[in-house]
Amino acid sequence: MTFPEHELHFFQRFGLSGRLIERCLGEALSAGGDFADLYFESIASTSISVDESLVKSASQGVSAGCGIRVCSGDRTGYAYTDDLSAERLMRAARTAALIANGPSKQQMAGFREVPKASLYPISAADADAGIAPKLELVMRTDRAARAYDPRIVQVRAGFNDELRHILIAASDGTFAHDTQPLARLNCYVIARDGEKNSRGGSGGGGRVELNFFEGDKSPEHFAREAARQAILQLNAVPAPAGDMEVVLGPGWPGVLLHEAVGHGLEADFNRKKTSAFTGLIGQKVASSKVTVVDNGTMPSRRGSLNVDDEGSPTQETVLIENGILKGYLSDKLSARLMGMADTGNGRRESYQHIPMPRMTNTYMLSGEDSPEDIVRSVKRGLYAVNFGGGQVDITSGKFVFSASEAYLIEDGKITAPVRDATLIGNGPEALKYVSMVGNDLALDEGIGTCGKDGQSVPVGVGMPTIKLDRMTVGGTGR
Amino acid sequence: MSTATPISSAQSKTDMQQLAADVVERALRAGATEAEVVIREGDEFSTLVRLGQVETLKESGARGIGVRVFLGSSGAHRTANTSTSDFTEAGLDQLVRGAVDLAQVTSQDPFAGLPEQGAMGQLDGNLDLYYEDVYSMPAAERIEYARRAEAAALAADPRLKNSDGGSFDAATGHKVMANSRGFVGEYRRSYCSVAAMPIAQTEQGGMQRDYWFSSARTLGKLASPESIGAEAARRTLRRLNARRVATQRVPIVFAPEIARSLVGNIFEAANGDSIYRGASFWANQLGQQVASSNVTVIDDGTIPGLFGTAPFDGEGLPTRRTVVVENGVLKNYLLNTYTGRKLSMQSTGNASRGLAGTPGIGAGNLFLENRSVSPQQLLADIKVGFYVTELMGFGVNMVTGDYSRGAAGLWIENGELTFAVEEITIAGNLKEMLNNITAIANDLEFRSAVAAPTLRIDGMTIAGA
Repeated sequence: MTFPEHELHFFQRFGLSGRLIERCLGEALSAGGDFADLYFESIASTSISVDESLVKSASQGVSAGCGIRVCSGDRTGYAYTDDLSAERLMRAARTAALIANGPSKQQMAGFREVPKASLYPISAADADAGIAPKLELVMRTDRAARAYDPRIVQVRAGFNDELRHILIAASDGTFAHDTQPLARLNCYVIARDGEKNSRGGSGGGGRVELNFFEGDKSPEHFAREAARQAILQLNAVPAPAGDMEVVLGPGWPGVLLHEAVGHGLEADFNRKKTSAFTGLIGQKVASSKVTVVDNGTMPSRRGSLNVDDEGSPTQETVLIENGILKGYLSDKLSARLMGMADTGNGRRESYQHIPMPRMTNTYMLSGEDSPEDIVRSVKRGLYAVNFGGGQVDITSGKFVFSASEAYLIEDGKITAPVRDATLIGNGPEALKYVSMVGNDLALDEGIGTCGKDGQSVPVGVGMPTIKLDRMTVGGTGR
Repeated sequence: MSTATPISSAQSKTDMQQLAADVVERALRAGATEAEVVIREGDEFSTLVRLGQVETLKESGARGIGVRVFLGSSGAHRTANTSTSDFTEAGLDQLVRGAVDLAQVTSQDPFAGLPEQGAMGQLDGNLDLYYEDVYSMPAAERIEYARRAEAAALAADPRLKNSDGGSFDAATGHKVMANSRGFVGEYRRSYCSVAAMPIAQTEQGGMQRDYWFSSARTLGKLASPESIGAEAARRTLRRLNARRVATQRVPIVFAPEIARSLVGNIFEAANGDSIYRGASFWANQLGQQVASSNVTVIDDGTIPGLFGTAPFDGEGLPTRRTVVVENGVLKNYLLNTYTGRKLSMQSTGNASRGLAGTPGIGAGNLFLENRSVSPQQLLADIKVGFYVTELMGFGVNMVTGDYSRGAAGLWIENGELTFAVEEITIAGNLKEMLNNITAIANDLEFRSAVAAPTLRIDGMTIAGA
């Protein structure tokens, strides 16, 4: 193909050329590797925060680099450089090449550009725009949180955004590039009433421009949400302890799916047979009311990508359909070694990291129950609507997620708010207890970051209201 | 082999020090009243061997530079910071101009600013932080370390059939800092580690994983791959056939690698940033009894060779030893310059600084002091209890102290460790938990910068079947 050199960020800004890309891939395969790719990345980021109603800091950063990977069977060699000169790129290619041990056998067959969607604005205007409109967002957040209630005594509001340019060229002919915006507004507050203190937090965003925050998702929306949670928690009672019925609200509680099934269905763990879900394709792993998908193609979502970090188009992948385990999330390496299709889930934190299968936006499809009926059906249980982070042990299947806003359900009614409590379960079993699924699917506000093997990537989760007949609630009360 | 460069303007600067000082000058010329520059360079090598075959091999390095500027007269500073990986003339120019431009929009803050002249400095002498030998082995030998660790684990028992691998990592870091009040400092640190991550499986198919590792600043102090593999195998096998226990209150014993997470919670509670905001349950508690009288917690960034040691902190203050809790009484918060000024106290030399952002608070070597009983004696007193070997999740609220985390470990009966336990939570409130530390053992070991011996806490709730 002819490279559209005049259009591409890396060709313009860093003097990269099609000829150099071909030389680097040739060098990378010079020791007999059977696949190589180059991943160029350049990021410009801004962060500004208000604390005690003062703009105490503002930061901007730029970084650029290239990661070079060589695969030989199931072995991966990797090297990176933050210097995009021909000499340093060739040296990194030579280092990565050493994973293989033989004569060069690969013939490059030319590139084909990966057709890609256009899921998010890429005007690049925001990252270069002045700081003033971003400052206004955090100032408005601060004011709205303080105005909510005089018991709100501390407010920290922050805005972070980045614009990431990537270019991927691989020996299998892949040639892809993308420009990915990411923005997030956060608000953290502390409430005090006499001797009682509590906290609240909220935030949201996505692959969006600043005008996203002018609609429903305004600074005032996030500020009020953080303040509401903190005030509510001032009078929370101890959470109950033990197994009980649990109702999870719509949206962010979908972090349950991310931990309970999502990670366990990443192809690398199943290829190595280290996941609790190994060998369960075609088997029942959830109640027949449960259908879970991973979907990287949702416009403007935090977990969405036009192409993944290996240059493959993203897609919607069914993980669980009516309770039956259907598929895994894969990258190129696992797809090749397992003889399955690449689902476009190869992601990495940065050019310094080796890609691996990761989630994008993971959610459960709506069912037929009304949220009211779901709550009404519970005699004694927990209704949890907001969560902090979660974690999973892929091998044993045990997972946790921590409720930051939850209430008791007594005789079908939502009653007292409870203090923070962790919920724990077993991935391949937990969703078998789903007895009702609401008709109110919602996605989270755009705050999720997922960690795996020390690499962080932005993700989304979602869920309708659901009822689990049994889950363990880690409180201290009765 | 290591050196902490003495602060002395007479000494000729290294190239990196000269570059940092030049960029400080550049920032002042661009309009900053005061400026601080940090340069970091790092190299890393890592290899993972799985089921005897090399799975990944990674080798590279990168560097970056960050600048923090202040505008205005003392007593009313505006501040901003920028960072870049672009060391060209144009890149550095954009770095300092960007910071000065950005600072125009921030607020005047009477507490912002560089440390006072007299507060800055650095430790002299050899802190034993840097050994070139972490990179001295040829690649084949490094791979062999990883392979030996995994092989030793898998050879230990036929139930160890699978593995997340064995690994060998090495890294070096180089940090240079300079500011417009005359501070120039530089140090290097090295690191290497070997680990094994086996997976055990019962005949019924239940799988468990665990791991063990050794890390050190020099290859000479790294434990043998065979000993690491054997310990990883022991830890993994003891988790097999785990079951749940009923909801109940029993004494909980935190193994050292778990007790260190409680010291991490103590760090967050004493963190000056949370204290001045009232975001920690230890705000306004100095001088108060905040833990059992057997609890003494020290932060010491000066101990040669340890993982939390450095000659100066993230703002150019010498590191030091700070008593955080003494016999249960809260003695000191951990502070940087800004939080010190906010609280009308002195910085404790605990500023942490990456390339980007304003300085935060970081611990040096933070540890809970040993008491006299052995771990076996500590267990011997417990008729029924739970010995925690793993915690999951992030269920700790530092504002209220509420604590609720997923746990796995071993059940204690009549002073002995018996069957494996999983899929339960342990919960309480940190304020009460710290006052209910009823026993502390004598097995403190610095495997990382935060460390603690085995300890026992009474009054927590287990939620289970």
